[in-house]
Amino acid sequence: MNTPRSAFLSGLTAGLPFVIVVIPFAVLFGVVATEAGLDLLQTMAMSFLVIAGASQFVAVQLLVDQAPTLIILATALAVNMRMVMYSASIAPHLGPAPLWQRAVVAYVLVDQSYGVSIKRFEESPPLNVPEKVAYFFGAMAVIWPLWYLGTLVGALVGEAIPPEYALDFAVPITFIALFSPMLKSAAHVAAALVSVVLALALVWMPFSLGLIVAGLAAMFTGALVETHLERRS
Amino acid sequence: MTPLSDAQIWLIIVLLGIGTYLIRFSFLGLIGNRQLSPFTEKLLRFVPVAVMPGLVAPMVVWPAASGGAADPARMIAATVALVVGATTRSVIWSVFAGLAALYTGLALI
Repeated sequence: MNTPRSAFLSGLTAGLPFVIVVIPFAVLFGVVATEAGLDLLQTMAMSFLVIAGASQFVAVQLLVDQAPTLIILATALAVNMRMVMYSASIAPHLGPAPLWQRAVVAYVLVDQSYGVSIKRFEESPPLNVPEKVAYFFGAMAVIWPLWYLGTLVGALVGEAIPPEYALDFAVPITFIALFSPMLKSAAHVAAALVSVVLALALVWMPFSLGLIVAGLAAMFTGALVETHLERRS
Repeated sequence: MTPLSDAQIWLIIVLLGIGTYLIRFSFLGLIGNRQLSPFTEKLLRFVPVAVMPGLVAPMVVWPAASGGAADPARMIAATVALVVGATTRSVIWSVFAGLAALYTGLALI
């Protein structure tokens, strides 16, 4: 039995739909970064070292706006703070894996790999730890190199993608596709509603703090509603 | 275009890379296989539905492409992706239905 291998393959299959989003997103970053004045090496270095599209766009935009270095770093890192919650959420599943594997997982813990993996980890039949690690890397196997390749193509071609492709909206649609199948109980729906309402109401908060507050409040809402429903039944 | 300082760009690239890595490694690296309390585990199970909807909501309500003005095609596409994802429990169908609704909406509206 070679189950990590089959887990890798099912992760790969689950990750494939995101190819249609990652390619244009990566190309767009290459284009935007180059137009902002970053040279090829800098553009590629950013995609290699950061691998977090949204924060890369934010950093480049603030560079163009000539914001102070400290503000740029604080804002871009705040955009990535949600990944603390991803890291905490996936730790009970991948925590028992060897440290070097967790170190690599952390490097490629992005919205897509997290969303695809956590969905599977909570379904049956349960996977063991090596299978979970294999599934995670399977989900990321295609997206990962495409992020670099797409950035390179965008930086070299440097032509803006026509706005009628509406690529700005491919990203929110994939995020919706990632969480909507997980709305499986009243507690999950309650958490999602609190998240949406608070994120919209707190959008004025600096450094994307509104999302962090909304996320924490929604986590507690979900957990408390679930506890309450368990007691009643 | 004002020229950007090379040193500033490199500083930001490297520090943003290190900072982002530490954010991702935080719990994965520190907790390892330590046992968490049942309530903490319950909290963590709600992370995906607690963070992603809030991440998406402003992009749907105030899309950057229309300068922040509400856009019916994008709203409908988001709703279609949500409903299809929640009913079919399939990521793939949700993506395709959402994109199909988006391009149909953009073509018609």
